[in-house]
Amino acid sequence: MSREESDIATAVDGLRERVGSRYESHPVVTAAAILVAVTVISPLLWLGLRAAAVGPSEALSILTASSTMQVFTNSLALVASVTVVSVALGVPLAVLTVLTDIPFRRFWTVVLALPLVVPSYLGAFAFVSAFGPHGTLAELLSPLGVTIPTIYGFEGATLVLALFVYPYVFLTTRASLLSFDSKQLEAAQTLNHDFRSAFRRIVLPQIAPGVTAGALLVAFYALSDFGTPAIMHFDTFTRVIYVQYNNFGRGTASLLSIQLLAVTALVLFLESRFGSGTDSGYGGGVTGTDSSVTPLGWLKAPALLFCAAVVALTLVIPVAIFGMWLLRSGPGFAGGGFAFQWSFAVNSVYVAAIAAAATVLAALPIAYVSARSNSRIARLLERSTYVGYAVPGIVLALALVFLGANYLPWLYQTLPLLVFAYVVRFLPQAVGATRSSVLQVDSELLGAARTLGETPRGAFRRVTLPLIAPGLVAGAALVFLTTMKELPATLILHPTGFTTLVTYIWRVQEAGYYGRAALPALVLVAVSALSMILLLRQEGDNA
Amino acid sequence: MRNDTPEMSRRVSRTGDEDEPDAPAMLTLDGVTKRYGTDTAVDNVDLTVRDGELLTLLGPSGCGKTTTLRMIAGLEMPTSGRVGVDGDCVAADGDGVPPEQRDVGMVFQEFALFPHLTVAENVGFGLDDWDDERRVQRVADLLELVGLDAFADRSPENLSGGQRQRVALARSLAPEPDVLLLDEPFANLDIRLRERMREEVRRIIKETNVTAVSVTHDQEEALSISDRVAVMNEGQVEQVGRPETVFEHPKSRFVADFLGQASFLTGQFGGDHINTGLGTLPAELLQGLTTDYDGARLDVLVRPDDLRATPCNDESRTGNGTLVGRQYTGPSFVYAVELDSGDVVHAEHNHASDLELGERVTVDLVADHTLAWYPAE
Repeated sequence: MSREESDIATAVDGLRERVGSRYESHPVVTAAAILVAVTVISPLLWLGLRAAAVGPSEALSILTASSTMQVFTNSLALVASVTVVSVALGVPLAVLTVLTDIPFRRFWTVVLALPLVVPSYLGAFAFVSAFGPHGTLAELLSPLGVTIPTIYGFEGATLVLALFVYPYVFLTTRASLLSFDSKQLEAAQTLNHDFRSAFRRIVLPQIAPGVTAGALLVAFYALSDFGTPAIMHFDTFTRVIYVQYNNFGRGTASLLSIQLLAVTALVLFLESRFGSGTDSGYGGGVTGTDSSVTPLGWLKAPALLFCAAVVALTLVIPVAIFGMWLLRSGPGFAGGGFAFQWSFAVNSVYVAAIAAAATVLAALPIAYVSARSNSRIARLLERSTYVGYAVPGIVLALALVFLGANYLPWLYQTLPLLVFAYVVRFLPQAVGATRSSVLQVDSELLGAARTLGETPRGAFRRVTLPLIAPGLVAGAALVFLTTMKELPATLILHPTGFTTLVTYIWRVQEAGYYGRAALPALVLVAVSALSMILLLRQEGDNA
Repeated sequence: MRNDTPEMSRRVSRTGDEDEPDAPAMLTLDGVTKRYGTDTAVDNVDLTVRDGELLTLLGPSGCGKTTTLRMIAGLEMPTSGRVGVDGDCVAADGDGVPPEQRDVGMVFQEFALFPHLTVAENVGFGLDDWDDERRVQRVADLLELVGLDAFADRSPENLSGGQRQRVALARSLAPEPDVLLLDEPFANLDIRLRERMREEVRRIIKETNVTAVSVTHDQEEALSISDRVAVMNEGQVEQVGRPETVFEHPKSRFVADFLGQASFLTGQFGGDHINTGLGTLPAELLQGLTTDYDGARLDVLVRPDDLRATPCNDESRTGNGTLVGRQYTGPSFVYAVELDSGDVVHAEHNHASDLELGERVTVDLVADHTLAWYPAE
């Protein structure tokens, strides 16, 4: 290379650096991102302030009361049992759908993941309708003089929760099985190990991080879920917090919330240590090919039966129950004052649309900064949005009640506060979708726009924005659909007289008019299915 | 090509006998066929590999060589036919012994090392039945053999490609298999390393005296490491023999084409000579040509190193072709010459040369061995 050429190369490098640094950072965008992050974290502050308002001695007596201890052990017991059952369901199902020649693999893969998006309170509701004391099964069996064991309580809550959250384990286990190089199984076989021994010594150790990650997600979900324990009448943190809140035991509610937050933080800490195992594990292998699939042999029939049973319990029964209620319109199911109105659905759509737009708008600066920069602040900003994911919905709702009641009475029980709750809860989803689409925009394109005379703002508007629009729309749609089914914040923060599908379902459920909930429940199941399709498509795009 | 003359077939079978070593057979394939639905991946393959021999299955992708290897390992079962290892039948007509019960080791294309185990644990993986003391000794011996004694406690993820391959080799050799299989063992290595590892792997295999079958699509690799080469095409074995035999006397156009650059001279056989675009060649130059073919049209195989192209500067020589292509490969030039007869042949020159495209040249045959030929198509 001549001297001249090397001079030119140096100059180009310098130019690239300068252009790079200039279009990678915008003070305005960063400031907006920081503002969003601080606003999102603020509810925790209100919660802390409210809890601090309880005197120390009173706080101590509440926290050490035997009822509190009972709630604590109940919650942990539920978390443990749900996690164990979920692993027992999720791991075999994942192995069946990845490593074996089970017929209709593709079909099972999709339908076995589907329960994840059905809100577990709908599942609990369906199970109570089917197997509860006045449910369908009891009705069918009572003429025969048969009484069924109660669905309420610990066992029922475990069963329902596990059936609707095991897909976390199923999906993370599948992911690690798929990244597992199936040639290793063959290698083990040529080294004198049969399938069972090869599975134990080669597959299990390598998928363990994935299974752990899924199990911790399940634990987290079981801890923070509000609907299921409430419907199954099992006293966990979330249910007792709600009861205390309704009975004006707000000090107790806030203290329990903080206790729940602490346990949640512990689970999430463990998740960050052992989770993401699907990445830090032994990935990078070749995806399993058909030739390396292990034949099931005589196990084929039992395996199919197992899959079918899980699908029957998680999908067929709820849909069948709701469908049946819908078709039966006897007087027993038409409660006075509980008539369903389509305006409830309109309300749901209305508030969900506003929430979707607001969330995506709030997500944009954070997603942009975190995708375009590797600095500490960028990572911190992205982390801050996890608050919505980490704080159980009931706790967040309570925190906003304190904010509204004590500091901003004009905001209390208004739509903006409800929308704010949605934004905080679902910001991680929108940031995720937006961030990945920003990442896909080659920053050289912006460099090209700049060399063609565009300002940073013009380059963003004319290049970045059109390219990330699909990601923004996907994120908005996801937030829209999840908002439609959100339970605890909607229940606590909805303005008086503003009835949505979810609050309506909750009301008729509490009153025992199950039949009334059929239509809105089916609408929400359909919404859930839609969000699943969306999630799958997004996953496909990122792959 | 199908040669119907008795002489021809006699010559072919004699060549086969000559190439096959005398040691006892360690691996036999007998009419082995594999079908997937209506596709036949492997079609009636017969093969015998002698004790201590290194045989390579060579062919383009999709020719059935890897499927054949997997059937020997027991990872696939043949649709029909039999596989025998050390005298025991391990697969017959769609059923067989599972891989873990055959004494067959395999080196996988991407090595398939267990990432959660150390190098030593990988190598010892197949030695569960051995008592501790012997196992430790065996692992140490093999690591020494492959020159990785210092890496016993490393994770495979921290090794280079060549080191990983040696671990994979040691691991598959540890249980003392009757037959060692290597599936494209060098495909994952960069080109420099590949040449070094060829020698290294051959040394290790020969040192342990194991019977080995490797699979590759790289003819240079096959010719350089193997005792014998089996060229496969469309599920069938086209030719088996020592590398020199297969290279110099390919039995079919496919084999000729697949092993190195091949050009064909069309010629007319006239009793004791052949008229070609290079002029008249003596009949003795063509191996196994008999007067039965008198008057027949033939295609004669010429490789680039058999030919030399020289420019015709003076008026007295008019040449016999025109230069239509030149390719610089580093060590040599390969010229493409369109002969006046219409054939295009290649000539390799191992020195810098000043031939220009479009120039008239004279192509001469400089081969010091007999040439292979095929009846004209």
